[in-house]
Amino acid sequence: MNPEQASSDTDKEMSPTYSGAEIIVKILERQGIEIVTGMPGGAALPFYDALRCSEKVRHVLARHEQGGGFIAQGMSRVLGTPQVCIATSGPGATNLLTAVADAQLDSIPLVAITGQVPQQMIGTDAFQEVDTYGLSLPITKHNFLVRSARELLFVVPEAFRIAASGRPGPVWIDVPKDVQVERIAVEEWPALSVPDTTPVPPLQLLETAAAMINAAERPILYLGGGAVSSVGAAEKIRALVERSNLHAVSTLMGLGVLDSEDPHALGMLGMHGARYTHSILDRTDLLIVVGARFDDRATGKVAEFCPQANVIHIDIDPSEHHKLKHAHIAIAGDVASTLDALDPLLQNHQRNDWADEIAQYRAQMPLLTPNIDKPTSPYGIIRATFEAAGPNAIVTTDVGQHQMWAAQVYPFNRTRQWLTSGGLGTMGFGLPAAIGAALAAPDKAVICFTGDGSILLNIQELATLVEENLNVKIVLLDNAVLGLVHQQQSMFYGANHFASSLQQAPDFTALARAFGVPAWSLGNLSAETAHEHLAEAFAAPGPALIHCPIDAAEQVMPMVPPGGANRDAIDYDTDTSETPPQGARDHAAAV
Amino acid sequence: MLQPYKELPDTAERPNTVLQLTVRNHSGTLSHIAGLFSRRAFNLEAVLVLPDAQANTSRMWLKVAERNRLSQVVSQLQKLEDVLMVEHDPDGDDIFERTAEAITA
Repeated sequence: MNPEQASSDTDKEMSPTYSGAEIIVKILERQGIEIVTGMPGGAALPFYDALRCSEKVRHVLARHEQGGGFIAQGMSRVLGTPQVCIATSGPGATNLLTAVADAQLDSIPLVAITGQVPQQMIGTDAFQEVDTYGLSLPITKHNFLVRSARELLFVVPEAFRIAASGRPGPVWIDVPKDVQVERIAVEEWPALSVPDTTPVPPLQLLETAAAMINAAERPILYLGGGAVSSVGAAEKIRALVERSNLHAVSTLMGLGVLDSEDPHALGMLGMHGARYTHSILDRTDLLIVVGARFDDRATGKVAEFCPQANVIHIDIDPSEHHKLKHAHIAIAGDVASTLDALDPLLQNHQRNDWADEIAQYRAQMPLLTPNIDKPTSPYGIIRATFEAAGPNAIVTTDVGQHQMWAAQVYPFNRTRQWLTSGGLGTMGFGLPAAIGAALAAPDKAVICFTGDGSILLNIQELATLVEENLNVKIVLLDNAVLGLVHQQQSMFYGANHFASSLQQAPDFTALARAFGVPAWSLGNLSAETAHEHLAEAFAAPGPALIHCPIDAAEQVMPMVPPGGANRDAIDYDTDTSETPPQGARDHAAAV
Repeated sequence: MLQPYKELPDTAERPNTVLQLTVRNHSGTLSHIAGLFSRRAFNLEAVLVLPDAQANTSRMWLKVAERNRLSQVVSQLQKLEDVLMVEHDPDGDDIFERTAEAITA
C-alpha cells in the first residue's frame, strides 16, 4: 500500500477505488479505444469482468488468440493508431506471439494485454503459467510485467506512447491476476497518451541532401512502409514526384504511397519485381530511400544492389542507417516533416533523358501478366476482383503466390488500402486482418486474397466474421499445393516436390457455408459466368467466399533466386531447360 | 575518460571496446540487453552491473567485440526503453582487468 494513500482516511473516502482491471479498462476508454479483441481465460477473467461493464469499449471474440492479434493488427493498419488485443496466460500468450512478432517486423502499433498467474505463484510452474515477459521480449518494441495496480496508471498510457512514437511497434503488458483485482484509490487519471514528436533534422544535413538530389542525373525514390506510417507523407511524396519528375520503386509495404496508375510509379522492387526495376536500379546514381530498410526480399544480394548509386537514407529509426547498406547521407527523421523541410531546397529538374531511359526499360522488360483478362487465371482473378469491388475496397492477403500476384497487379490508389504481412511473412494473416480492417472501416468492402494453404491457418475466424457480419470477401486461389514452396522446389530443387501437395483438402465452399458464409466456386466456369458470380458476391454487404481453382504449374514471375542479385531474375522467357540452374543450391542455402 | 559516442577507426590490435550504460534498475533490464546481443549476433565478452545508490538506475559496463559494427550496437541499445544513456569508453578495459585481478587474488 502506498503510504500516501494510507495516511489519510478522508482522501480514501473522497477518491473512488478501482481494481487494476477497472483501471486498464478506464484508460483504454480514455485513450479512445472502441474495440478490443481477444479470448478470455482464467488469468484474464478479472479484466473481462471489468470490460463487461464498459459502455465505451466493445469486445470482439476471436476464436484463437493469434486471430485476435491479427484482428487488432488489421484495425491498426487501417487506422494508424495502436489497437488492443487481449489473451489469457500460458497458451493464450504463446498463441498471441506470432501476431505480435508480425507487428514488430512490419512496425505496426499494437498493445497486447495478457493475464498472468498471481504474483505469488510466478515461477512455480503454476497452471497456465509461462514466462510471457521473457517470450515477448525479443518480439516487441517494449514489454512490461506489472507489479501493482498503481503501476498500471503509468504503464498503460506509456504502452500507448511507446507503440505510437517514432518507429511504431507492439508493446506487451503482462498483468498478474492479483494486480487485476487489487483495489486502489485513484485521485487523478493519467493524461491522454500522445506520441512523441520527432525533431526535424538539422538544416545542414538537409542542404547536403538537397545538393546531392539537385546534382543527380538519374535519381530514384525507394519507398517503404515508413512512407505509409508517417502521417501525411504520401501526399508530399506524390507532390514531389510530380514536381520533379521523380520515379519511385516501392517495397511490398510501400504499395499505395503512389497511385499504381501514376506514370512515376514503377511498382514493387525485389524478388518479384518487374525486371525493368532491376535495370533502373542498376543505373541510378542516387537512391533516395524513404522509410525503407533494405530488406533482403527487396534488395536481393545487397552487395550488388544499386552499384552506381549514392544513397540518401531517410528513416525515423537511426539504427536502420548503415545496417545493411552504407548511406552517404543518413537522415533520422519523420518522412513527412523531413520532406517538408527538404522541399524548398530542391530545384525543378525534369531530367528528361533519364525519364526516357526509364520508359525504354519499361517497354523492353514489362511485367508480363499472362491471361489477365481470364478471371480464372492468377492475374485474371486479381483483376476481376478489383473490377467487382471498385477502387474503395481495402485489400488484405495471406502469404504466398496469391500475395505476390496481388502485389504486382492490384491497382492501389492510397495508403492503408493494402494490408499484408511483409517482414514476418505469416500465413494466416489475411482473414483476421480483414476482419480487423472491416471493423475499423465499416463503410468499405474488404477483400482477402488467400490461398488453399494459408486459409487453413486461421480458418476458425470465419466464425468471428459471421458473428460480426462484416463486409469481407474472401477470394481463395486454390492450386492444391503450397504454391511458393512448390514453385521453389520446381525452380531450385530439381522439381523434386516434397511436402508441398495439398491434394487432401476440404471442400472450401462447403466449409465456408458450414460457418454460415455464402460461397461461390469459379471452377470450370466461362469468363462471363465467373464475372457474374463475382458481381453477385460483392453485391450484398456481408461475408462471402469466392473459390477460384488455378493450375499448380502457374508461377510468380519474375523471380530472383534467393540470395542472388536482382539482375539475375528469372522470367517466363528465361531459358531454364538446364535444371537445376547453376548455383541454385548455394542460392537456396541463403534463405 | 568517458566521451560521447563517436565512430573510431578500426584498430586490429584491439578488437574489444567498452560501452558504459545507465539503465533503469529493474529485473527485466539485463534480459533486454543480453537478449539484444544474442538475437542480433553481437559479441559480448563481459558484463559488469552495479546499482546506483542514489537513483533507481544501474550502471552497466559492456565489453564488446564489435569494433566494426559499434555504431549499430550503440543505436540498437539506444532504442531500448530501459537504457537511459550509452557512452563509449575506449579505455574502459581497466575496470574488467581490475575485477579479474580481484577475483583471482
